[in-house]
Amino acid sequence: MEAKPILNVSQVGISFGGLKAVAGFNLELYPGELIGLIGPNGAGKTTVFNLLTGVYTPTEGEITFNDERINGLAPYKVTRKGISRTFQNVRLFNEQSVLDNVKVAYHSLASHSILSSIFRLQKHFIGEQEMEAKAIDFLKIFQLDKVKDEKAKNLPYGEQRRLEIARALAAGPELLLLDEPAAGMNPKETKELMELISFIREQFNLTILLIEHDMKLVMGICERISVLDHGLLIAEGTPNEVRNHPKVIEAYLGEEVVSNHA
Amino acid sequence: MLKKVNTFWFSIVLAFVFYGIIQLLISTAMLNPFYTNTLIFICINIILAVSLHLVIGITGQFSIGHAGFLALGAYISAIMTMKLGMPFSVALIAGGIVAALAGLVVGVPSLRLRGDYLAIATLGFAEIIRIIFLNIDYVGGAAGMQVTHATTWTTSFLCLILTIVVIANFTNSRHGRACISIRENEIAADAMGINTTYYKVAAFVIGSFFAGIAGGLYAHNFYIIQPVNFGFLKSFDILIFVVLGGLGSLSGAVVSAILLTIVSTFLQGLPETRMIIYSLVLVMVMLYRPQGLMGTREITDYFGKWGRVKGGNQYGG
Ligand SMILES: Nc1ncnc2c1ncn2[C@@H]1O[C@H](COP(=O)(O)OP(=O)(O)O)[C@@H](O)[C@H]1O
Ligand SMILES: [Mg+2]
Repeated sequence: MEAKPILNVSQVGISFGGLKAVAGFNLELYPGELIGLIGPNGAGKTTVFNLLTGVYTPTEGEITFNDERINGLAPYKVTRKGISRTFQNVRLFNEQSVLDNVKVAYHSLASHSILSSIFRLQKHFIGEQEMEAKAIDFLKIFQLDKVKDEKAKNLPYGEQRRLEIARALAAGPELLLLDEPAAGMNPKETKELMELISFIREQFNLTILLIEHDMKLVMGICERISVLDHGLLIAEGTPNEVRNHPKVIEAYLGEEVVSNHA
Repeated sequence: MLKKVNTFWFSIVLAFVFYGIIQLLISTAMLNPFYTNTLIFICINIILAVSLHLVIGITGQFSIGHAGFLALGAYISAIMTMKLGMPFSVALIAGGIVAALAGLVVGVPSLRLRGDYLAIATLGFAEIIRIIFLNIDYVGGAAGMQVTHATTWTTSFLCLILTIVVIANFTNSRHGRACISIRENEIAADAMGINTTYYKVAAFVIGSFFAGIAGGLYAHNFYIIQPVNFGFLKSFDILIFVVLGGLGSLSGAVVSAILLTIVSTFLQGLPETRMIIYSLVLVMVMLYRPQGLMGTREITDYFGKWGRVKGGNQYGG
């Protein structure tokens, strides 16, 4: 483990009206780590992602990425700094082709101007060709190249989730945030997905923060895990430490009772 | 790539062959002025439809005051030719530029926010523009302003081709894909590094520019312009072209602008009938083809692999 964290979240919180959705949240991520963020439904996990990516501006605390303060930065700027994400409820560009979904993520890595495109200058063609080639390479990694001309909305659910990860990766992140990537997948798909995540992490030298609702799932692949409940960090540590932590057991027991009633 | 470029030039050549035939018919007086005028009017309406298509169909921003930019282009260009003695071509460009600047002024504050602020802003803008011209004696107030007839088949067709080429080329590039991604999911577009405000404004300014150009052509085709020509109903007419054509389809906007211009030309003497037919057509479309005549497809989709075009994001690279 290197000495310097890539991401440093210190005492971050946000309230909506009177409700404190997240409070006093701390997190240090070191380059190359795969960290899990777990907790029952409504614990504030997605809110943490929204804080990290600029969707929400923290009402307290500080977030630094590569030693640069990023709280309150517009989402597209955060992405350009090297943090990219997927969404819990898949947010693809439905009417666009699979290929174009990935190309959009490449957008800010290309440089041909609006005028060069309007007048079809050489720069436009070179830029577009490059984007196309890179996007297809990506789709191959995710085995989506055969459906590249399909509209994103016509893909089966599992492939939509893969496409969302492909798209997030195409934006060229150092830190990848995955929000319940396995939600709605069957065990076989989930296993393949987890292998894929390990693979891209190696391949692209990524640091990954993974939200998962199901505790068992992250135990296998994460080095460290942070547990949120009611917006508060209730435990952090290795999977084993977390698993046996009384507060964690309590939080998850509580949830089971709730979901049995539901 | 070669094939795609060829498709582009093939369409251009085809367009100019069509232009030549019509021009020949006009100069040999085989096409009477009524039909010529209808053709010019069709060109103007297509320019309006395609420019609004970029804003609504491609970028997904609901603008309902397109006639404001039309009015601005019309009056500015008319002032240029009639009061300042400028050549028509300069007047056209000036009309476009002023409309684009107005687009910037209206667009920047309202497009920074998510949601339908643009609809309210454009509606208000169009009304303000109309009332301003209504109250300026320099441009004739309510009585309107006399304008020489300068718009020809050639100028309107050239402007039309320019509009379509610019907007199609914009759409079929990383910039157009960025705009479509905003239409599809603004939050995800933002998260993928797209500067959403920038692209919403860019599309809106380009759309306003061409509406201004259309205004110049319009003013110099009718001998007189009056504020009453640019009311909400005019904005609504343009909106219908885009909705009827299928949001997101450039060729759909073109086809519906042609069809509706022809229909309304023949119903010119019967404005009530025209409104009834318009409304009926709209109701029918909403019932039987809510996605519009073309959906998000383009005419070229129907030619198989030849010039394959998809969902308003065609030969991108
Ligand atoms: N924009 C918002 N406005 C109001 N409340 C919100 C907003 N976003 C999240 N919340 C609240 O914050 C809490 C945490 O939500 P969330 O982060 O989505 O939980 P999780 O992802 O852990 O299931 C919930 O009570 C939710 O209702
Ligand atoms: Mg969540």
